[in-house]
Amino acid sequence: MNTIKDFFKTFLLFELLKGMALTGRYMFARKITVQFPEEKTPQSFRFRGLHAQRRYESGEERCIGCKLCEAVCPALAIKIAVAEREDGTRRTTQYDIDLTKCIFCGFCEESCPVDAIVETRVFEYHGENRGDLYYTKPMLLAVGDKHEAQIARDRAADSKYR
Amino acid sequence: MMEWLQTLLGPAWLPVWTTLKIVLIIAPLMGAVAYLTLAERKVIGWMQIRIGPNRVGYFGLLQPLADGLKLFMKEIIVPSGANKFLFILAPIMTLMPALAAWAVIPFNAELVLSDVNAGLLYILAMTSLGVYGVIIAGWASNSKYAFLGCLRSAAQIVSYEIAMGFALVCVLMAAQSLNLGDIVRGQHGNYGMLNWYIIPLFPVFLVYLISGVAETNRAPFDVAEGESEIVAGFHVEYSGMAFALFFLGEYANMILVGFLTSIMFLGGWLSPVPFLPDSILWMFAKVAFVLFLFLWFRATFPRYRYDQLMRLGWKIFIPISLIWVVVVGAWMQTSYWLW
Repeated sequence: MNTIKDFFKTFLLFELLKGMALTGRYMFARKITVQFPEEKTPQSFRFRGLHAQRRYESGEERCIGCKLCEAVCPALAIKIAVAEREDGTRRTTQYDIDLTKCIFCGFCEESCPVDAIVETRVFEYHGENRGDLYYTKPMLLAVGDKHEAQIARDRAADSKYR
Repeated sequence: MMEWLQTLLGPAWLPVWTTLKIVLIIAPLMGAVAYLTLAERKVIGWMQIRIGPNRVGYFGLLQPLADGLKLFMKEIIVPSGANKFLFILAPIMTLMPALAAWAVIPFNAELVLSDVNAGLLYILAMTSLGVYGVIIAGWASNSKYAFLGCLRSAAQIVSYEIAMGFALVCVLMAAQSLNLGDIVRGQHGNYGMLNWYIIPLFPVFLVYLISGVAETNRAPFDVAEGESEIVAGFHVEYSGMAFALFFLGEYANMILVGFLTSIMFLGGWLSPVPFLPDSILWMFAKVAFVLFLFLWFRATFPRYRYDQLMRLGWKIFIPISLIWVVVVGAWMQTSYWLW
């Protein structure tokens, strides 16, 4: 009996009409498109975008050149060279991140004992020449200086879960 | 004005006047094709809860121009192993019959380029020719994807042509004519849309519509393209304007099937209700409805598997249309035939 019923249902295009009714209904449904440059989706305070190097409030850079981030980086995107500064502290002379290699996993941020290397919410950046996305220490510090307020707010929001 | 031109041009008048009429058909057709692509992207977008293209011009209305410009600027690459002559010939062979078929389409009672008596046969012949473009493209590309696509397409179009032919036999039996204008006039009556052939010929209307989708290689019968299986099928090696010609051909064919469906089953330019006048606008509204169905199908149905497609064509559509030929023939002998 069911076979006969199914046969007639198929023969009279019942299933097809049901499917078309569904898509027909969705044609008038509210659209969920986010129109990117004007509208943006909300971001988490843990968003992992462009990297930045932070400074203390005194203006002293945080990084102490421990190379933990370089060691943990799964994509081998970080390159660090270290030397002693005149005041006897250990500082990096070179801190490069190749953003074309980086997979934005956030391990560098997590491994950093002094919260020096962080990932910001910035994701709309680009390079127009080969090498533009090879970020050196001054570039990273500049990103940090520019977005310090947002970075500090995000760290504060995250602090209770750490 | 006309007489003055006629005397001025003398024997050259007929070719000039015919060319002018051809341009008057082809130019709006090309515009319709361009905006059909936009309508397709919009409608499918809406059905997928997106909003579709809206960046180029207000409401995305300049998008077809941008697309056309892009295709026009692109380089036409001929693969090194390809047969160059056939490779260039194939897109022309696709577009040419798609445009030639418009010669006999009546837009309203007076507006037809050539009012031939065997219009239906001419249409069948021209739509069948389109498959040569696909076969030549697939073979000349010297690519296995293109070749697979053209083999599939050839078998598919040949199979569905038969069911389509039988469906048209029903129409010509009902209308007692092969002239497309007379077919529409045969659907004229006092009861508006109840006089249309869709009422007595409903099963073959469905067969014709679905075969029409298959004939134009549209989803869910787009196994010839099958972008998820064989990349893009027969036109995988084409770029730039050569690709655009295939595209134009496909959409011109879609619009053609829309016109044929409305002429043969939906009463052409006749008004659906008796108290409104017949007008060419009814024709355009019906075509737009059929084209919307095409887009709706594409947004709804997944692609047929190849053997299912063959099964549908040979084991379902051909028997249905054959049976209905007999039914209509018997029906017309009784006094219950009201059309």
